[in-house]
Amino acid sequence: MKSLFALIKRNTKLFFLDKGMLFSSLITPMILLVLYATFLKDIFYDSFAQSLPEGFTVSKSLIEGMVGGELVSSILAVSCVTVAFCSNLIMVQDKVNGARKDLLITPVKKSVLSLSYYVATLINTLTVCFTAAAACFIYLAIVGWYLSFTDVLLILLDTVLLSMFGTALSSIVNSFLTTQGQMSAVGTIVSAGYGFICGAYMPIHSFGDGLQKALSFLPGTYGTSLMRNHALNGTFNELADVITKSGASETDVTAIMNGIKEGIDCKLSFFGTEVSVPAMAVIVLCSTAVLIGVYVLINALKKKRA
Amino acid sequence: MENVIEIKNLVKSFGEVKAVNDLSFKVKEGELFAFLGVNGAGKSTTISIMCGALEKDGGSVIINGKNVETQINGIVSEIGVVFQNSALDSALSVKDNLTIKASLYGINGKKAEERINELGNLLDFSDLMKRTVGKLSGGQRRRIDVARALLNKPKILILDEPTTGLDPQTRKTLWKVIEDIRKKDKMTVLLTTHYMEEAADADYVIIIDGGKISAEGTPLELKNKYAGDYIRVYGETEEKIKALGEKYEKIKDGFRVSVKDTETARNLIIKYPGTFTDFEVEKGKMDDVFLSVTGKKLTGEN
Repeated sequence: MKSLFALIKRNTKLFFLDKGMLFSSLITPMILLVLYATFLKDIFYDSFAQSLPEGFTVSKSLIEGMVGGELVSSILAVSCVTVAFCSNLIMVQDKVNGARKDLLITPVKKSVLSLSYYVATLINTLTVCFTAAAACFIYLAIVGWYLSFTDVLLILLDTVLLSMFGTALSSIVNSFLTTQGQMSAVGTIVSAGYGFICGAYMPIHSFGDGLQKALSFLPGTYGTSLMRNHALNGTFNELADVITKSGASETDVTAIMNGIKEGIDCKLSFFGTEVSVPAMAVIVLCSTAVLIGVYVLINALKKKRA
Repeated sequence: MENVIEIKNLVKSFGEVKAVNDLSFKVKEGELFAFLGVNGAGKSTTISIMCGALEKDGGSVIINGKNVETQINGIVSEIGVVFQNSALDSALSVKDNLTIKASLYGINGKKAEERINELGNLLDFSDLMKRTVGKLSGGQRRRIDVARALLNKPKILILDEPTTGLDPQTRKTLWKVIEDIRKKDKMTVLLTTHYMEEAADADYVIIIDGGKISAEGTPLELKNKYAGDYIRVYGETEEKIKALGEKYEKIKDGFRVSVKDTETARNLIIKYPGTFTDFEVEKGKMDDVFLSVTGKKLTGEN
């Protein structure tokens, strides 16, 4: 057990002491922030304003709260995976520089080393993502706070769940990497691509039908939607109240809210069947369990120690 | 003396390349065993197989009575390895590097602290404990590598070109520490090196070429068999040296005559007493042995 703790401590220290690795893990959230600051904010804002039926007056604070909620959910959903990938590159670095070989020429078991990479990556990812979450909450408090205590807790829980998912996925992918070039390529692809395929940069709803169907097979899609539902829950409740108070029927309110939720991927369907929010959590949880199982299998099948 | 390493008919290929080709040798307890060969000869591959880091294609490897295939966990706790390239974490401090590695051997807390301090005094790096490894010189880093390999008080220390690129003083310090421990604790040392003077101090040497043993024996046996002797003759004319009928070369203040062995040298001196008034007989060097056996020179380059 002490060996495991020592290795976790090592891997965690190496990540936070490697400024390059830390910086590259933050590239995706930074891209999102830049996109948001340059044009996404206006697109989101107009999209929300236009999705409301004519005659409704909604406060600027509420729309900004919704736009902010979308941004926050995108940043957190994508960071949980990209930070995990970058942090878990220590596994590959150890292969490249011979540290893995050296660590395994000790009585420590291969499974302990593999577990240390997983736990350390999870700790690193959670540290970065919880810090990002704190910054996001401060931002929401400034532009428009509509979150309940439960929403905050659920967002944090989603962060843990998605970090576990991202760590498991990166553990499998990184298991097959052995060179610096592969490391850079995977880091770049994940940082640039994951935001698109999980619906963080643009809502999947805005993609073509075929692509939407293809993306519905990826668990990350449901992870982003899960986070988004919780980040926007308060604003949705407030908006529904505003619409109800304006005299709209319950059916109209439901129709309007469903339209808005679909437009920003809060309502997802799998080949016509709507996926509920708890089902999204179950999908991410089960995918994580499967990925961890695959990671264990990969390690068990590798015969040699290093 | 008991054999602590027994390798029989070891085979390892990488695709078409046979890195180790039917290699067999034994290492006795407490021995300094040198493993010579040019880059790509199969030395590091053999070491990796011995440590369980690489799977063999055939043959058997027994270390301290344990089979590398089935009892690797027992083997790794009894060996220490210094690889060609340092495996230290550059971003961590010297103490962190050593503490983490000690923990992997089950050495924790006060015991780890004591062992690290002991090695710090022995290898003279006590003042570097808090220093980040990335900021150390090559020599300092190598001392930490050796300390790391000695943390578990290994019965067998494997050194894969440990002194390549080090200054003479650091090399001397490292060898003094290793020799002291070897003699005190009967530690076996298996060494690969490019420095022939290090191989010349070994108890037993094998020369490996193309994954096979080309020659083996004590340094003296190898020199006698493969290197021949030299007679340095001073203050004589070239005609007289030429008349000896042996190969010779000009050196400062005289000539160096190559002879097959010491007996030939003695017979020559008796036959031509007038020529040998100021002379010295010297044994060939390990460089000559290596050149004679493999037809190649060890350059010390990686």
